[in-house]
Amino acid sequence: MANQTASLIEENQQLKAKIQELEDALAKKSAQHRVKITTMSSEVVDSNPYSRLMALKRMGIVKNYEDIRHYTVAIVGVGGVGSVTAEMLTRCGIGKLILFDYDKVELANMNRLFFRPDQSGMSKVEASEATLRDINPDVEFETHNYNITKVDKYDHFVGRIKSGGLQGKPVDLVLSCVDNFEARMAINMACNEINQMWIESGVSENAVSGHIQVVIPGQTSCFACAPPLVVADNIDEKTLKREGVCAASLPTTMGIVAGFLVQNTLKHLLQFGSVTHYLGYNAMKDYFPTMALKPNPHCDDSFCLIRQEEYQQYLAENPPEAESEDPTEDVVHESNEWGITLVDETPESEKKEELDPDLAKGLARAYDMPSVEQVRILVKDSTESQQETEEPVSLEELQSRLKGL
Amino acid sequence: MVDEATKRTLAAIPLLKTRAGPRDKDQWVGRLKEELVSLIKYVENNKKQDNDWFRLESNKEGTRWFGKCWYVHNLLKYEFDVEFDIPVTYPGTAPEIALPELDGKTAKMYRGGKICLTDHFKPLWARNVPKFGIAHAMALGLGPWLAVEIPDLVEKGIIVHKEKTSSE
Repeated sequence: MANQTASLIEENQQLKAKIQELEDALAKKSAQHRVKITTMSSEVVDSNPYSRLMALKRMGIVKNYEDIRHYTVAIVGVGGVGSVTAEMLTRCGIGKLILFDYDKVELANMNRLFFRPDQSGMSKVEASEATLRDINPDVEFETHNYNITKVDKYDHFVGRIKSGGLQGKPVDLVLSCVDNFEARMAINMACNEINQMWIESGVSENAVSGHIQVVIPGQTSCFACAPPLVVADNIDEKTLKREGVCAASLPTTMGIVAGFLVQNTLKHLLQFGSVTHYLGYNAMKDYFPTMALKPNPHCDDSFCLIRQEEYQQYLAENPPEAESEDPTEDVVHESNEWGITLVDETPESEKKEELDPDLAKGLARAYDMPSVEQVRILVKDSTESQQETEEPVSLEELQSRLKGL
Repeated sequence: MVDEATKRTLAAIPLLKTRAGPRDKDQWVGRLKEELVSLIKYVENNKKQDNDWFRLESNKEGTRWFGKCWYVHNLLKYEFDVEFDIPVTYPGTAPEIALPELDGKTAKMYRGGKICLTDHFKPLWARNVPKFGIAHAMALGLGPWLAVEIPDLVEKGIIVHKEKTSSE
């Protein structure tokens, strides 16, 4: 009996010590959470999380770095690219992030960055918010755990883009980090409708190429203007083994694409450098094609056509002063006593490319849209079936007929 | 890219005319009628050719579809629940057909049991907007997928025949 009591007392003491140890560890951990910072300081001290970012101002790269706090970015898809994108923007001190994703963290995601094994089973948006808030409590977060392509979620999604920004303003930029065509088309449709600039990003299913594409409705090609662009990866389709797999992924390619995406986001928001409409990445050859993309005047998206018209009208009313986008100042010669003029010696064949830009080297469309005749060969127009649809049958009757088969 | 038999099957499925998605209120009702006519015809064709392989029905709005599909391998019938939503971008993008009970059992699937389609499916769909509908997605997407994946999954012992599902 006495023995038993002694061992219980001993166990009690051990447990108490363990509790104290854990409490100390916890206290130390929560002490590491930094408090919110009201204004970004450029003071170079170890304790200032923004000193190296504000140094961009001192170096003359960015004029107004602290303005980043006024901006809201929506990230659709918080996977291999989206989560890293969110982390970069969080560390940069963005004002607000709105995250959309309907997926859960899985161990199969661990070949990519950001998520940790202990987050398995959590929703990606919930896990992201927890980590990001810890990294930078100054950022405001809003998360939505749903599929934006669903009829009952889409309107809410559009609503948050329109008024989810700081002080109820529209978001400043939408970043597409999704992994499927349907979601890209849904973002495209929404952004054309509400005239919202967005940047598309993607990594190929074989993980060795990627791209970003800036979409300014009416000004640049929208995602429905033409079949998606693909970076030619110099891999013969026939030698690419697809047996037993849907998609491969690498943390490297995804990290690079996220880097491109955030770099251009920062350049756009803080107005430094220039933003390319399209930037590709071919990992096999370390090749980075870039090009400008004009909208298709016959685009299937009716709102794209409206935005194009608006932009043309804007251009007519505000003719661009100088063609050159390069901010380097032109040398002005006040007098020209010899009457020297520059003669454009570009051959006609090359000039054409500017009006109707051919794809940059190393880029191709995912597929061609064939002529109407080719479609007819594939699927014969059956006239009898078209007559059937003319029958005045009610929807309910058809639904019950299908059910009754 | 598409074999002769599939081409013949496709040619017999009525084409659709209305380019309207679930957000286009009145026009969507018209599109939905075309979908139903096309699906009814396709199922009837399948029955006639002794190749009946799925049943579908939808909610009242026609935005959510569900039913059964089956595949006969070595004289045994394997049946699965099939479901999909009509995305807001429909018919610009095809529905993403899912077989939830096979989720995690094959690599040829995306999360939630959405089937992994061939490289040919999306271009083919894109070229035939708005003429292709749900029936075409079944014929070009799910049909060929089952034909490749089910025998493989059975051989590997990942799916086993359930006695109860063999009676029709």
